[in-house]
Amino acid sequence: MAILEILKLPDPRLKQMSEPVTQFDAALHDFIADLEATRQAGPSAVGIAAPQVDYFQRIVIVDVSGRPKTPNHGYLVLVNPEIVHWEGHAVGREGCLSVPDYTGNVIRATAIRLRAQDGDGQVHEFEMEGYEARAVQHEMDHLDGLLFVDRVVSRRTDLYRRKQG
Amino acid sequence: MAAWNMLTLVGADRPSIVAQVTHTLYQLGGNLGEASMIRLGGNFTIMLMVSGDLSTEAMLAALAPVSTALGLRVHVDPVHGELHQHQVPNFQVRVNGADRAGIVAEVTAILATQGFNILELDSDVAGDLAQPLYLMNIQGFCAAPLEALETALAPLIAQGVAVTVAPLELMIG
Repeated sequence: MAILEILKLPDPRLKQMSEPVTQFDAALHDFIADLEATRQAGPSAVGIAAPQVDYFQRIVIVDVSGRPKTPNHGYLVLVNPEIVHWEGHAVGREGCLSVPDYTGNVIRATAIRLRAQDGDGQVHEFEMEGYEARAVQHEMDHLDGLLFVDRVVSRRTDLYRRKQG
Repeated sequence: MAAWNMLTLVGADRPSIVAQVTHTLYQLGGNLGEASMIRLGGNFTIMLMVSGDLSTEAMLAALAPVSTALGLRVHVDPVHGELHQHQVPNFQVRVNGADRAGIVAEVTAILATQGFNILELDSDVAGDLAQPLYLMNIQGFCAAPLEALETALAPLIAQGVAVTVAPLELMIG
């Protein structure tokens, strides 16, 4: 396994769209292992997306199982993920490995239904809420060349009472 | 290492204040850091970090034409401090209630007893003249647990001030 270099703003490559994965092979498995090693090597990130390491395929990893009292599905490799249903919205504070030393408030859906393939191409569906749903939405944005700084809302927006996730 | 000044400007709100002030600072060779700019009660307020080899006198002199034309009061202080000193808040405190004197003092006195450090505070008066509603939103860092904050605030809540504390969960992805 290798620790990959993380692209950081203002690197224009972070704005690039990623392509669907079509080959579920050993090279994909190797890349996923490197991506997870990279996530774990950095500052406590609960997710990482392939384009953050200069690899423009639709692959993200999310794992919020290390957080207490947080509903979760454990370590998730999500290939070609799609949100097929969403509900509610809430403001939450986000940071990103690609934007060091900055956090901001972002509005995300509070509950999502997600369809994604795993590293072997098997299709799975997940019902997610709260923190895990937020992490998945943050990572999936990377696949479309979007960063959380593109979605940050005014501090004052938080004056409006948010729905508790 | 950059030397920083904290520039404060306040004046009746109108278009182009930010453009004219920042253009002047740019021409003077200033570089801008963190800033808070917001309209408060019809005034536009600016708190702005400016670095560069600039004396207080030079900055005031350069800003004089703009501040006179726009009716801005200007204050400059050399400050210690650097960029990249962010602290991440872990609690949010929301307050609302019929407007009366003392709400902020009471809430923040209690927070201070818990070692709560306020990083951001916004407040507003909504409603109307007959029934003003005070709203306040605080984000800050506190090492004490949620239960301790809630227990400390309970007497104030019992007196009818709506105060809620919620943990802020930072998500890094």
